Amino acid sequence: MPRLEALTREASELALGIIPLNADEAEVGRVLQICNACRYCEGFCAVFPAMTRRLEFGKADIHYLSNLCHNCGSCLHACQYAPPHEFAVNVPKAMATVRGKTYADYAWPAAMGALYKRNGLTLSLATAAGLALFLLLAVMRQGSLIHAPLAGDFYAVFPHNLMATMFGIVFGFSMLALMIGVARFWRDVTPGMASSDASLSAAVEATDNVLRLKYLGGGHGEGCNNADDAFTLWRKRFHHFTFYGFMLCFASTSVATLYHYLLKLDAPYALTSLPVLLGITGGIGLLIGPAGLLWLNLQRHPAHGDARQKPMDRGFIALLFLISLTGLALMWWRDSGFMALLLAVHLGVVLALFLTLPYGKFAHGFYRGAALLKFAIEKRMPDRLRLESE
Amino acid sequence: MIDVLVIGGGNAALCAALMAREAGASVLLLEAAPREWRGGNSPHTRNLRCMHDVPQDVLIEAYPEEEYWQDLLKVTGGLTNEKLARMAIRASATCRDWMRQHGVHFQPPLSGALHVARTNAFFMGGGKALMNAYYRSAEKLGVQVRYNAPVDAIELDDGRFKAVRIGAERIEAKACVLAAGGFESNREWLREAWGMNESGEWPADNFLIRGTRFNMGVLLKFMIEAGADPVGDPGQSHCVAIDARAPLYDGGICTRVDCVSLGIMLNRNAERFYDEGEDFWPKRYAIWGRLVAGQPGQIGYSIIDAKAVGRFMPPVFPGAKADTLPELARLLGLNEDAFVNTVEAFNAACRVGTFDHTALDDCHTDGLTPAKTHWALPLDTPPYYGYTLRPGITFTYLGLKVNEQAAVHFGGVPSANLFVAGEMMAGNVLGKGYTAGVGMAIGTAFGRIAGTQAAAAATGMKKENAHAAA
Repeated sequence: MPRLEALTREASELALGIIPLNADEAEVGRVLQICNACRYCEGFCAVFPAMTRRLEFGKADIHYLSNLCHNCGSCLHACQYAPPHEFAVNVPKAMATVRGKTYADYAWPAAMGALYKRNGLTLSLATAAGLALFLLLAVMRQGSLIHAPLAGDFYAVFPHNLMATMFGIVFGFSMLALMIGVARFWRDVTPGMASSDASLSAAVEATDNVLRLKYLGGGHGEGCNNADDAFTLWRKRFHHFTFYGFMLCFASTSVATLYHYLLKLDAPYALTSLPVLLGITGGIGLLIGPAGLLWLNLQRHPAHGDARQKPMDRGFIALLFLISLTGLALMWWRDSGFMALLLAVHLGVVLALFLTLPYGKFAHGFYRGAALLKFAIEKRMPDRLRLESE
Repeated sequence: MIDVLVIGGGNAALCAALMAREAGASVLLLEAAPREWRGGNSPHTRNLRCMHDVPQDVLIEAYPEEEYWQDLLKVTGGLTNEKLARMAIRASATCRDWMRQHGVHFQPPLSGALHVARTNAFFMGGGKALMNAYYRSAEKLGVQVRYNAPVDAIELDDGRFKAVRIGAERIEAKACVLAAGGFESNREWLREAWGMNESGEWPADNFLIRGTRFNMGVLLKFMIEAGADPVGDPGQSHCVAIDARAPLYDGGICTRVDCVSLGIMLNRNAERFYDEGEDFWPKRYAIWGRLVAGQPGQIGYSIIDAKAVGRFMPPVFPGAKADTLPELARLLGLNEDAFVNTVEAFNAACRVGTFDHTALDDCHTDGLTPAKTHWALPLDTPPYYGYTLRPGITFTYLGLKVNEQAAVHFGGVPSANLFVAGEMMAGNVLGKGYTAGVGMAIGTAFGRIAGTQAAAAATGMKKENAHAAA
């Protein structure tokens, strides 16, 4: 009977133009209804203030709030309705489950969204493919992977234009796919724009929230939860190592590209040159960060988040770590006979990352950034609800 | 032998354990509940009423001692001990730095609770976050914590504490703090306290308990039977009308229904029975539990129309919703004709001026009994909503008499090493009534006093023993 009722309700909702919720979204809706009547967690993060501006939670609201959630765990440990309470409220878990699905649902092309389902496998296959491709290319061009030292000249193995074209195309496509996905997400939940002044200050605030990872601070600055109800800043710190390490590596590659095309300065660059300094600093950050995040992930309280996403999370972390490790090894041994082998391995894992950017954990930053921007805009608009209680 | 034994695991118990430990005593804390249900009613709390003469971090303006005292005097109708009340009030001005040292975080008031921005400091994350912080700090400081340890008897010797029993196990200590809560989870005792009404009903059978299921009042009963001086009225309890679908225990804050003053309240005969617009909701919400308890079947129905939506805190359960009044009556299981008659009589009696829910406005009824004296708007805009309500018990008032040292008394004589804090003695300060954040203020103040006194009693004994050994 309840099944029939649910079907009837769904049919009538469809007739009214309300998009019915799937089971995971309905769970977020159920939980938020309880949270909105309690509100004790208002000080922790942006999710709850965004929630209190609403009385009902439709599909778009649920997608937005799920991506606003940083899975910090504070509200779970503070929750008087968390399991074993019969309300069984677990905000981080409900949100993470929907969040993972939004990445897949908004992915472009739509068929590729399926890659989120078995993301560990996706990443492994992409890595294997990347490695095979470059190892094969190296052998074809060199006749063998071990060679006489080439004084660090990568282009002796792979011509610069070949690399630039290949990575340029893959990276360009990945960014386009990500942008289309985020744009779809944004369109679904877009608020009415405030004045341009407000939208500028909103953009500044959202950027600041991203760059400082404000919402892993727990609302009181002592950090978020990991293994238990104690607060830790290490999740924030290791994330910063990862993010800024990645950005420095990215900057290193970008600067090297500019050197090559604008300044006609050809690689290999000296150890004291900007690309190498950026790459080494970023590379060290990108070793410390992912190693720390993995260590924390292994100790994470089992009730946090969606356990089915662990392969995606850990796969992504491992891939970043490998990129950094192979990059630094390449730097170290670039003058040796192993340069071609190390280069092929490094380029293989980088290609795997680029291929999976829109179909893996990398996307979370973009969706969360969009959600934070929406929140910053929304909060500058008048709240039509003015509720007072006991 | 352990120095200080603390019985209970809520706010007052942890305050006592932390203070005793900080004073250098060895401390064992016995919590009746398993770890996941620890903390008694404290996980459901959210703020502390704080005296302050100037703005302080999260508190705006000033809330001087005298005003605090007058507020307390008003809500208790004089059923309070001024000396002890003022101790709790003064302590509330200075305890927050100590709380912060133990990891408690405060924040400005929650949305929907701005009316206490001046008087109350809110715990970030609520009472469970506060309890987590206290337990973490206690464990770090070396307080031993035992869960699933319900104490069922206490050994006394002429007013001195000797030991406790948990089943067959006996634990001795040099001093003890009782902080094991009231008796609101004990259905039998509630039944007895509320008695039978004229219709032969036992009202308490239809009560829901807003907090923990572990406050069985075992030690309260034991101590009173052992001759400890009681305080407060067993028939008194803080009683709110909450959603009838709330869980039997631990429904907490979210089961409240805040639309009573925006509509009308009916009993199961579809009759109104009290002025829904008597005063602001924050000042009046706590009277409706007792009012509903006085109605047949201990059940009430809050009826609103579409105009009220968005004007009150969203309730945890959706209300019954209908496009016509007869249909809503059917959904609620009320007599259609009686229901429609009551609503129409109310609508006809409404004298609408300028509706303002933030003020005691001029919208009232004329010639209707009982009157609705403010916010009276006709129920005429579908959809109509109905919420079924039951009495929800927050806490009980019966406790043990104390002095400024929080000592348990036997025939007027204070015990040298047995102290009591929290809900087990709050009745000294709060004989009846309530105002937000006072329970936590009493629990914090007397929990800390009890811990300090117990440590002094225990370490004083240590010194005596050292003399004896010499």
